[in-house]
Amino acid sequence: MATLIEIEKPLQKLLDQLDKAEHIQNESDVDVSKTIKDLKKKLREKRKEIFENLTAWERVMVSRHPDRPYTLAYINAITGGDFIELHGDRTVKDDKAMVGGLGSIDGQSVMFIGQQKGINTKMRQYRNFGMANPEGYRKALRLMKLAEKFNIPVISLIDTPGAFPGVEAEERGQGEAIARNLMEMAQLSVPIICIIIGEGASGGALGIGIGDKVLMLENSWYSVISPENCSAILWRTWEYKEQAAESLKLTGEDMLKNKLIDGIIKEPIGGAHNDPEETFRTVKEEILKQLKKLKAIEPDKLIEKRIKKFCAMGVTK
Amino acid sequence: MGWFKRIKDGIQTTTKDKKETPEGLWHKCPTCKQMLTTEEHAENLWVCDKCEKHHRIGSVEYFHILFDNGRFKELETSLKSGDPLKFKDTKTYVVRLKQAKDKSKLTDAIRVGHGKMNDQDIIICCMDFNFIGGSMGSVVGEKISRAIDASLKKKIPLMIISKSGGARMMEAAFSLMQMAKTSAKLSLLAKAKIPYISLLTDPTTGGVTASFAMLGDVNLAEPGALIGFAGPRIVKETIGVDLPEGFQTSEFVLEHGFLDKIVKRKDLKNTISNLIKLFAN
Repeated sequence: MATLIEIEKPLQKLLDQLDKAEHIQNESDVDVSKTIKDLKKKLREKRKEIFENLTAWERVMVSRHPDRPYTLAYINAITGGDFIELHGDRTVKDDKAMVGGLGSIDGQSVMFIGQQKGINTKMRQYRNFGMANPEGYRKALRLMKLAEKFNIPVISLIDTPGAFPGVEAEERGQGEAIARNLMEMAQLSVPIICIIIGEGASGGALGIGIGDKVLMLENSWYSVISPENCSAILWRTWEYKEQAAESLKLTGEDMLKNKLIDGIIKEPIGGAHNDPEETFRTVKEEILKQLKKLKAIEPDKLIEKRIKKFCAMGVTK
Repeated sequence: MGWFKRIKDGIQTTTKDKKETPEGLWHKCPTCKQMLTTEEHAENLWVCDKCEKHHRIGSVEYFHILFDNGRFKELETSLKSGDPLKFKDTKTYVVRLKQAKDKSKLTDAIRVGHGKMNDQDIIICCMDFNFIGGSMGSVVGEKISRAIDASLKKKIPLMIISKSGGARMMEAAFSLMQMAKTSAKLSLLAKAKIPYISLLTDPTTGGVTASFAMLGDVNLAEPGALIGFAGPRIVKETIGVDLPEGFQTSEFVLEHGFLDKIVKRKDLKNTISNLIKLFAN
């Protein structure tokens, strides 16, 4: 049974009806296929209506939808099963909140990196809620360097509420780990495509976010801080999270308008969680399309363009 | 009954003859309460002579300490913040900027100077904490970026003095991208083999720690500075217990391997100029 978040509550009645109709169709001789078809159509329309006009805060809620697909689901679907996960930063340990490894997309080898969230309570803890420690960022860097050595493009899938703010993270240099990645990614001689698939919070997201193409899924967000924390700091209460979400201009549309990302990937009607397979297909197509363009650019030129792009970001007078 | 008996009165000056002490003549160390005249305090480079606490100072003081005879040419003085997001929380960003300017007499949270340090050319970017908490917005990023350009063009070493609470929330993702911008630019400096000295002072946290502050060829810090990625309050909330003694101080960060050296303010100039001399070989 699908989980419904607040904005999806209007779907409940239709879903219940559909459930019943399907039950009748399967368990009895009565033919209700027309009813089912009608209900499905109604559901589709209702979903479209809900998802067409999401506020910034509602998008943040969709980006955190419990049924939303996470990094490994994308990787497994896109590579068609030949993905080999690679572990460890070769210094401290293997960070479960950051995954990575080699796989292929339509015959092209790629190195995947990305934060991984858990699908249930136990896994969420195991994955530390997608909040990587310094060893996670160092693992990602190790894999990117490995990719560079064998001239393999890097695909970075971003989905994190932030880098982990713990005692050990500080001891092992969370700041240095992220900073190092920013500098090294700027100079990596292979194409890098970054896709924000869910939450893109602050330095924790940016730490694997320096790419030739930075794309956002339609219902993801990307900013310097989460709306809740922004509200807590500026208003000294969590109550203004909706307003903070609006002010931060964290949706794909706003980020694209402000020239801070390179594109938006459309999600199926009702969001990525409503049709993961369709989402994976779109993402795969987009990766292939971008890779084709990026592979045609000489490495020196690629690096130069990448650095120039980030250096143009900001507004001064 | 007391052991001693007062034979003379205490204060004998009449109120009429009392001398007023003008404001700002004395400095009281917030840590050990030691009193110093403002003049002595400045002579001591704004360090307490009793407990050695390095008090927070700004770009004016650092430039005075580090450049020969305090002489330098200021670069990129005209850059000012825009308000790309029309940001408004309890007040608008435009109002915040105006108030910060009036209070600090600065245009933003960083200044760039080019001058000589013990007769060697150097470009120094110095952050100012009293401009919206030294937060990094587009101006800070752009000024550092242009300072790196100057450094690359003239082939002279770069130093950045960090003093910041991190990102400037009122510029949201624009602020975040300054981390990418400064780090990417520093990679060009590294490629050109021009020395970059990073000095972390109290406090250096958030996005500044997670970008240029930690990327020095040599990372130096003043004693007792707060240095970290997440602020201590957030870390405490995360773990739910009190933080260990000395957590996120310069000494802690040195011990964990992320600083090359802790340098007292009075030794900064000579240490840095010696380093640069050694790099030049």
